[in-house]
Amino acid sequence: MIDILQPGILTSVQDLGREGQRQLGIHPGGALNTLALISANLLVGNPREAAGLEITMGACEMRFRCDTRIALAGDDFDARLDGKPIAPYWSAPVRAGQKLKFSHCSRDGTPAIRTYLAVAGGIATPIVLGSRSTDLKAGFGGHQGRALRKGDRLPIGGMEAALARIGGSIFGVRSPHWNGLAALPHDSSEHLTLRVLPGPEFEQFTVAARQDLWQEKWRITPNSNRMGYRLEGPELKRKQNRDLLSHGVVPGVIQVPPSGQPIILMGDAQTTGGYPKIGVVISADMWKLAQAPLNAQLQLQLCDLEQALLASTEQQDYLRQLEQTLAALEWSRARQYRR
Amino acid sequence: MSQPQIHFLGDGALQCSLPPPATLKYQQRIWSIAEQAASWPEVIEVVPGMNNLTLIMRRPVADLDQVAKRILDVWPHADGCAITGRDIEIPVVYGGSTGPDLDVVARHTGLTTKEVVERHSAGQYVVYFIGFMPGFAYMGGLDPTLATPRQTQPRLSVAAGSVAIGGEQTGIYPLSSPGGWQVLGHTALSLFDPQQNPPTLLRPGDRVRFSAERIAK
Repeated sequence: MIDILQPGILTSVQDLGREGQRQLGIHPGGALNTLALISANLLVGNPREAAGLEITMGACEMRFRCDTRIALAGDDFDARLDGKPIAPYWSAPVRAGQKLKFSHCSRDGTPAIRTYLAVAGGIATPIVLGSRSTDLKAGFGGHQGRALRKGDRLPIGGMEAALARIGGSIFGVRSPHWNGLAALPHDSSEHLTLRVLPGPEFEQFTVAARQDLWQEKWRITPNSNRMGYRLEGPELKRKQNRDLLSHGVVPGVIQVPPSGQPIILMGDAQTTGGYPKIGVVISADMWKLAQAPLNAQLQLQLCDLEQALLASTEQQDYLRQLEQTLAALEWSRARQYRR
Repeated sequence: MSQPQIHFLGDGALQCSLPPPATLKYQQRIWSIAEQAASWPEVIEVVPGMNNLTLIMRRPVADLDQVAKRILDVWPHADGCAITGRDIEIPVVYGGSTGPDLDVVARHTGLTTKEVVERHSAGQYVVYFIGFMPGFAYMGGLDPTLATPRQTQPRLSVAAGSVAIGGEQTGIYPLSSPGGWQVLGHTALSLFDPQQNPPTLLRPGDRVRFSAERIAK
């Protein structure tokens, strides 16, 4: 069990989301940065799809009521376990009674937005419609269908298997950033590049709009959340303002409402929409967006399907490498044990 | 029957759309193709929209061009009548505190509140697709004389079970949410319950009737 002492601004139970329910209006949801959640899970010996906590804007504090193991992945919130620092992409044993505390920003003051906590055995809230993810808008899944509050007590799943896989030591791995999958901006003078495929209505936009999309910088406004990131930049105009009939949308879709200011849909976006879609962020770059700080500048880069699929493969390779590294660790431990 | 236009929707989805206007005949074909495509190994989800269909691929994504070709192959042969749908009756208390806009609709349409209720509950509606929120059905079949524009300022909270008109459509809010539709009344039926299987009362293809329990003062 974990006791939530301070929930922070927005902390919720998330796994890899629910599938197969979109035609009933139920969005997939789940961790916005699946790469981070999966990494954290692997670092404690969990299966990839175990549920963890998505901590937005930090400022969260909790106490563990049993011995277990935790790992963090995502942004650095100067997390401390009984005062001792624990960095993202590190895994550490925890004793019953220990307190884990996240600050509201990183150690070196760089902006931080989201981080993920995995616990050996996973957060064992009930599975609802195929997932433990919290649907914050519809109010189901996760812990009582809502963001965590002070005083909440979260169950942890059977952790023996996970703990047997990973030893008792503290260790860390290279983050996806080190592996060259991305460089995230440190402040508003730097920008984050996202690769984008033209959307179904790309050709309906004016020549100027299509040029601006690739050439201008787009600021992530603070009016952004798990449903969508609202961007600010030059007005994107269509040649004709014809209404579209409602159609399915997916995370990554860049839709342009009549204001001309684009919105990138995130994991909690509704399943259907009616605005024209000028582009779609490739799925391999969605995790970067989940980690991009508010007010960060985005550069959208035209890419093709082949590049998009290659990027997905690279991401899967990172996770497979991580799995292999951890399996090697397990094997060497088992050998030591036999001696 | 015209062939759909097919677009890539990012690196893991395809969107097929027919030229407007949306008709029930087109929509029946879309349901039928959605049902077929849901069983293809490359496809993990199907999302029917109004006059369109989105297919979401299993990862790692297979050849999208192949799937697009397969859609074009099956499209002309899809039997639009294969989906039968169910008949669902929804009891409604019109007006009163849970139907605050019945008077607004009456004023806008020049009908009496009784006439609005009669026309709304006489209609035979068809669920074209579900979207916007869990279990929210986009239905065709509203009597055109009842069409009323949305409110200029959306309400911060519309109660779950509210039966409403927005433009030329009618719908029921499955969950409490902000909303700009004109609320005519309220049903006690649960439209969405995540603990049930299936979790939503309505599915694409269902035929819906509203029955007037009473008009509240």
